[in-house]
Amino acid sequence: MSVDENLAGISNVLLYGAMTAYVVAMIAFALDLADGQRTAKGEAARRARLEREAAKAGGAVATLPPPAALARGRRRAAAVATSVLGVAFLLHLGSVVTRGFSVDRVPWGNMFEFAVTGCLVVTGVFLAALVHARRNGFAGGRDLRYLGTFVVGPVLLTLGLALRAWYVEAAELVPALDSYWLIIHVAVAFLASALFTIGFSTTVLQLVQDSRETRQREGRRTGVSFMAALPSAQELERTSARLHAVAFVLWTFTIIAGAIWAQKAWSRYWGWDAKEVWSFVIWVAYAAYLHARATRGWDGRRAAYLSMVGFTCLVANFTIVNIYFVGLHSYAGV
Amino acid sequence: MGTPPRTDETHLDRLREDAEPARAGADTAVPPALGPGELLRYAWRQLTSMRTALFLLMLLAVAAVPGSVFPQRDIDPVAVRRYLVEHETAGPWLDRLQVFDVYSSVWFSAIYLLLFVSLVGCVLPRALVHARAVRARPPRTPARLARLPEHRQVAVAAAPADTARAAEEVLRSARFRVDVREEPGGSSAAAERGHHRETGNLVFHLSLVGLLVSVASGSLLGYEGQRLVVEGETFVGVRGDWDSFAAGPWAGEEDVPPFALRLDRMDVEFEEDQASALGQPRLFAADVTYTPRPGAEPRTQTVEVNTPVEDDGVQINLSGNGYAPVLRFTDGQGRVVHTGAVPFLPQNANYDSRGVLKVPDATDASGEQVQLGFQGVFLPTVTRGEDGTPRSIFPGDANPMLALVAYTGDLGLDDGTPQSEYVLDLAGLHAVRGADGRPIGYQLTPGQSVTLPDGLGTLTFEGVTRFASFDVRHTPGQSAALLFSLLATAGLSASLFIPRRRVWVRVRPAAGGSGGAAGGSPGGSTVEVGGLSRGSDAGLAAEVDVVVQRLAERLGEPPGARADGAAPGVGDDGTGNDQARTAAASREST
Ligand code: HEM
Repeated sequence: MSVDENLAGISNVLLYGAMTAYVVAMIAFALDLADGQRTAKGEAARRARLEREAAKAGGAVATLPPPAALARGRRRAAAVATSVLGVAFLLHLGSVVTRGFSVDRVPWGNMFEFAVTGCLVVTGVFLAALVHARRNGFAGGRDLRYLGTFVVGPVLLTLGLALRAWYVEAAELVPALDSYWLIIHVAVAFLASALFTIGFSTTVLQLVQDSRETRQREGRRTGVSFMAALPSAQELERTSARLHAVAFVLWTFTIIAGAIWAQKAWSRYWGWDAKEVWSFVIWVAYAAYLHARATRGWDGRRAAYLSMVGFTCLVANFTIVNIYFVGLHSYAGV
Repeated sequence: MGTPPRTDETHLDRLREDAEPARAGADTAVPPALGPGELLRYAWRQLTSMRTALFLLMLLAVAAVPGSVFPQRDIDPVAVRRYLVEHETAGPWLDRLQVFDVYSSVWFSAIYLLLFVSLVGCVLPRALVHARAVRARPPRTPARLARLPEHRQVAVAAAPADTARAAEEVLRSARFRVDVREEPGGSSAAAERGHHRETGNLVFHLSLVGLLVSVASGSLLGYEGQRLVVEGETFVGVRGDWDSFAAGPWAGEEDVPPFALRLDRMDVEFEEDQASALGQPRLFAADVTYTPRPGAEPRTQTVEVNTPVEDDGVQINLSGNGYAPVLRFTDGQGRVVHTGAVPFLPQNANYDSRGVLKVPDATDASGEQVQLGFQGVFLPTVTRGEDGTPRSIFPGDANPMLALVAYTGDLGLDDGTPQSEYVLDLAGLHAVRGADGRPIGYQLTPGQSVTLPDGLGTLTFEGVTRFASFDVRHTPGQSAALLFSLLATAGLSASLFIPRRRVWVRVRPAAGGSGGAAGGSPGGSTVEVGGLSRGSDAGLAAEVDVVVQRLAERLGEPPGARADGAAPGVGDDGTGNDQARTAAASREST
């Protein structure tokens, strides 16, 4: 078994291609948000007119559509962005697959590969959510395209960081990682992290939207006006909670699979290794978030902050803990 | 903080309250002048409140962090000792605060024990309430359905009695538990489903208790021992045959089954071709012969990092490997007083290894009893740095060399204090010096010999073999821990993903139909449907819509044919929301 350097080279070229497509997709998503802001203004004006007319006609306006309906217009920029994101995903997928074939193993054996494959999963999950939403005619506030910028942005950032700081050439695995549990444990961890990431983006939007709504209620200027095109804070909160719930279950499973693997590899299922400590901290932080949602006085903003603490731990676990803390999880070549 | 954007939960306080009667009043302030009994009750309520649980959870997360920042005694005792040496003032204080034993510290234990007491105190009463709730009738229909988060009103042509029956059937076929009640001026069906959301929640929390108990039993009844074995050597699971051994309070060396493990061959490979990954490990495989107990059939197996020997609750893992140069020492009288492999412990990724040879009973040329010690490094692939010092550049044994310094004097073996095999106690020893008066550094390649001065003898480096380190463990409660974890995950999934919904359908004779005569209303019926859900539940609206639609279908009426107040979709751009239109019901957002 040896490394096929040609294939590894192709993998890198594909990755750069994917990044270019990501940049285009992100710009298109941003344009869509800007568009949405204009639409929202127009819609507000139209709404006011309709209300005036209805009032003149003497009848109450029984059913104005909820504001989320505004986001449902034909959005050309969003459509372009989604297609380009699809292309980016395919290039990215090609890069990950060729990297895997170049070394004859799953392409997640070091930090660079974790980051690249992790980003692929984020994009994949997001695209799956979009396709699902499209099937439902983007109904019921499920059109997640407004999240595009906030998903593609972090993906690009991570890929850039991975290429600059963690790049290592394709190589075979060290024996400790040579286990099918690597595939299971890490694959589920990827999925969970991807959902936590998208959930985090949604939470940030929720908080911004919430501040905006508060200011609006108090009759103050609302500032960030592109937010007008986004669903209400309540709707965003629901979306974020759903994402976090799925991610939490997957994270629970990640830890269990990790423990099973640890039992095989190190003959103990739990040993408070630095990485294990942080997986636990992340789990408890998100458990606290879920709890907070059901605790009176802690739902809403405070719960949202807790989920952000959880996400901070997730990021710290991947970066600081991998690099600076010694432990059994320190991988060869980072 | 402003008003938090409360989710649909706001509407559910009612739902939550009746699932949580034990909580009622838990949040109120302490009434003045409590008796001791009341104070105790009050404290208990506080401890078992959601807020306390939340606080303890956050505390637990924070408390776990120092364990990853400071070295931990039961993981890396050497690092702890080093830390204490390097931090003379802070070290002892941190030690007193149990920062080097976080996970067995008083404070960490206090947090999780409190959390679990709180959990049991919270969950058990909830379980009782739940057991009753499962059998209870769905709650009575609220007077004003319009105030629920989801509300539809439709008019149908069918008579009220038929409509009510159809509604009941529709709800039952959607797996609701249904309770029909007569009301003044009509009837209503109360329906409820998703009780197993709560069951899941209880299973989840109780499984955590099970998990804790399983883990605790593992550390009380488990043991672990380490042993380094050179190729060709056998090691047996009996008292005293360990390099190190640690057991829980209720276990000991006598619990280890009397197995025998022979290391036949230690196979190691490192990356040789790819420059960027040069020297990275590629294979660690120990071929062993394992005999479960004396007289049993031996079996051979290849132990690798991820494939341990598993037998009878004992697991034997390959935890390390290294080189063991084969050394022979012939003393001044020409007697071979040592021959065999001496393990040298690797110090870094290139396997610069340190080791020691002790020769306690040699006789020098003049017939004098002497003790000798050798200390030095083994370099598997040696190269010389610019200053001429040898070091290893590759972990494989491509060009091995042994560099040693010899000592004579008192090895300190006779005073009874146990000594490590891998260090020389230099207190009673002095280096063997050359004619220039400086200690001699001997450098040997395989096959070479050196003769020590003063007729002390001859050391021969015969060749290189390898050793493997094995980790032997018994962890009871391991399967139970796995079982409870999976149970917890299942419960968690149920608790998060099963929607708990209540739907009410109220049927009244259509207003104004044939003069509004009570009882006989050939003009049809007015149907009101209300929905309430626990937790965030995006599907509630769709569920209510489906109920309305199925009801219309069952009554043989085109859905929404006679919907009341179905305004044309204002601002409908023709691209989307068909759902809202098909339901053709007036939706009132609250
Ligand atoms: C080991 C500590 C604990 C952990 C890890 C934990 C974790 C969780 C998680 C992840 C949830 C959300 C899933 C669900 O809705 O079922 C949850 C819900 C819940 N927990 Fe805990 N919990 C712990 C301790 C407690 C304690 C001590 C209490 C009681 C004071 C408690 C009461 C509840 C309740 C009532 C819910 C349901 C909330 C609702 O949806 O209404 N938990 N817990």
